Amino acid sequence: MSRRTRMLGSDAILRALEHEGVEVAFGIPGGAILPTYDAMARGTSVRHVLARHEQGAGHMAEGYARASGRVGVAIATSGPGATNLVTPIADAWMDSTPLVCITGQVRSSLIGTDAFQETDATGITMPIVKHSWLVQDIEELPQVMKAAFHVARTGRQGPVLVDVAKDVQEAEFEFEYPDEVDLPGWKPPRKVHPKQVREAAQAILAAQRPIVYAGGGVLNADACAELLRLVESARLPAVVTLMGKGCLPDSHPLNYGPPGMHGSKYANWALNKSDLVIAVGTRFDDRVTGKVSAFAPGAQVIHFDIDAAEVGKIRHADIPVVGPLSIALSELTGELERAREGRAPVHEPWLRQVEDWREQFPFRYTKVDGVLKPQTAVETLRDLAATRTEDVVWTTGVGQHQMWAMQYLVCDQPRSFITSGGLGTMGYGVPAAVGAKAARPDATVVCVDGDGCFQMTCQELATAALERLPIVAVVLNNGWLGMVRQWQEMFYDERFAQTHLTHAVPDYAMLAEAYGCAGFTVDSEDDLEATLAAAFEAGRTAVVDVRCDPEEKCFPMVPAGAAAVDVIESDDEGVRI
Amino acid sequence: MSTHTISVRLENKPGALARVSQLFSRRGYNIQSLAVGPTERPDISRLTLRVDCSEHSLEQIEKQMHKLVNVLRVTELRPDEAIERELALVTVSVPPDRRADLVALSQVAGARVADIGRDAITFEFVGRPDQLEAFEELIRPYGVRELVRTGRVGLRRPSASGRSSTPSVQQV
Repeated sequence: MSRRTRMLGSDAILRALEHEGVEVAFGIPGGAILPTYDAMARGTSVRHVLARHEQGAGHMAEGYARASGRVGVAIATSGPGATNLVTPIADAWMDSTPLVCITGQVRSSLIGTDAFQETDATGITMPIVKHSWLVQDIEELPQVMKAAFHVARTGRQGPVLVDVAKDVQEAEFEFEYPDEVDLPGWKPPRKVHPKQVREAAQAILAAQRPIVYAGGGVLNADACAELLRLVESARLPAVVTLMGKGCLPDSHPLNYGPPGMHGSKYANWALNKSDLVIAVGTRFDDRVTGKVSAFAPGAQVIHFDIDAAEVGKIRHADIPVVGPLSIALSELTGELERAREGRAPVHEPWLRQVEDWREQFPFRYTKVDGVLKPQTAVETLRDLAATRTEDVVWTTGVGQHQMWAMQYLVCDQPRSFITSGGLGTMGYGVPAAVGAKAARPDATVVCVDGDGCFQMTCQELATAALERLPIVAVVLNNGWLGMVRQWQEMFYDERFAQTHLTHAVPDYAMLAEAYGCAGFTVDSEDDLEATLAAAFEAGRTAVVDVRCDPEEKCFPMVPAGAAAVDVIESDDEGVRI
Repeated sequence: MSTHTISVRLENKPGALARVSQLFSRRGYNIQSLAVGPTERPDISRLTLRVDCSEHSLEQIEKQMHKLVNVLRVTELRPDEAIERELALVTVSVPPDRRADLVALSQVAGARVADIGRDAITFEFVGRPDQLEAFEELIRPYGVRELVRTGRVGLRRPSASGRSSTPSVQQV
């Protein structure tokens, strides 16, 4: 408990961050937030990383949060500063990433007058934050800061916004950081109902074809160890979504990898032909389910989640279990072990079936002499990462390259695969990597990016270089907006409208050098391994321009509106809809 | 799909109402009527909403509302478990020679005269929603110039006990 100390509002913001244990914040100063930056200059233990665009700062805060499990903090000024944070806030909203965004606001007396750089930040972000505060009374500031962090990190995690009027930052008061937060309307569950756990255990023991369907919530809940114990103890096969990658080791024999639109055929079959879906920290997103009415038609559903609103939202939950995952999963494992009384599981034939499917339908692509396939680059990265002694943390942009990264990278540790799932934000990769590096300075952080994505936020190479947060950015450069091009080829009669970015500009290696980073170009498989290894060893931010085949399409694929079980395995199946 | 009445206790703070109504609009639920005001505690408001949706959507709405930090409690007010009232002010055109008829008729219906002008009368009606509908039907042929309704407000009947079918002592 801090003693009451007289100080300015701007100092109070920094003291509050320090009380919350914030080690790093990402942002860009401006008029309305100047007093707070002055407080930083006068002394704080919080490290500030200066970005080159507030969107970059926001995605850095997200990457930081996903890599560390801590709350990410982004700071911006009013007006355009705040609106530039909208995309990262929406991204954090969709992927449940804990973020506290602090924006300056014009003086209280000017609010509502269309003042210079005034925007209604709380109004604009209302649908995409868990909660927000406009602080016009300095006495509220300490409680608001405490509440902001509490809301961001508890229950289903997510973004919050604190908009602080400039005169509040400049005012003086007696600061005392509260010990407790007073939010009568925010009481996330802290335990699960034992009856629900017992029912779930009974259903699992009786199931002939059970499957675990695990998502990002397991990572958010830090419940990976509990999930592993459950899966091993009950010998349950598991599929793991894009957002959940790493919650179970990819190399674990019971991990059948991603289902869904670009998941494997065997994962889609395992999920859709099951008789019991054990959903854990996941939300039956349309990318996974395909046509909802055709999803896992023969299965009962057990749904474990901290957010009651997700349970039954898309698919009826026969057994809902609402509460913290780590508690729920460990109680379930205990209950299963007790109830089983040492008997062997009854679903051995199912385990063999799913394993057969995996052997029959692996991820595959056709190599062509003299053509560098993007999947080859990802496989080479995978093999290179396996030789490293330090942790490797991956981030991606959004598109074909992201799907190949999901399919081919092997992530055995939690918080080693950081991607934009729900919002699908192109340009996420580079800034998220910078943020992840700030959280995990001893890890090698690699951004697998597309050329379309890279161009959206590559200005943050400056941040990586000057803030000494070196990353490796591998641009799978096919000269196109690859995923959009794929849809145009498959569904729009090859009418390629506005997707040809070309290889003409920029020269990515030169661009990297212009930013004081190491630039590499590779267009042949022969040079791939050596170039990527050199990039890993560069000792500073490295950008590798991998010129690869634009015709390569991402398979398997469940076309939009199709049943997931009707997954198309390859181009040979000749689908044109 | 039908119309449901939801009663929400929420913190009486700036933005709280906006958050609730925005929750509805962004998820595509149509609010038919909305009435809000302070409760027995000045720092807590009660919001009574009428919304068109299915049972499943209603469950979703309630759960989504509970996630809002300002929302303290959400309950559905089922017609048999609640006391519901609404107030309407209606200005009706009436030539002087028909005035007496209309005033008499409205008194029988339970409305009060709020104002009389040269060629129009404003009535005030407070009652159960079905009574209000009936009164509106009654005076419509006379020519309604303007009408304003507060939207329904409701409280759970003290006499209602869970889902039991015990008849209430005083059904008004």
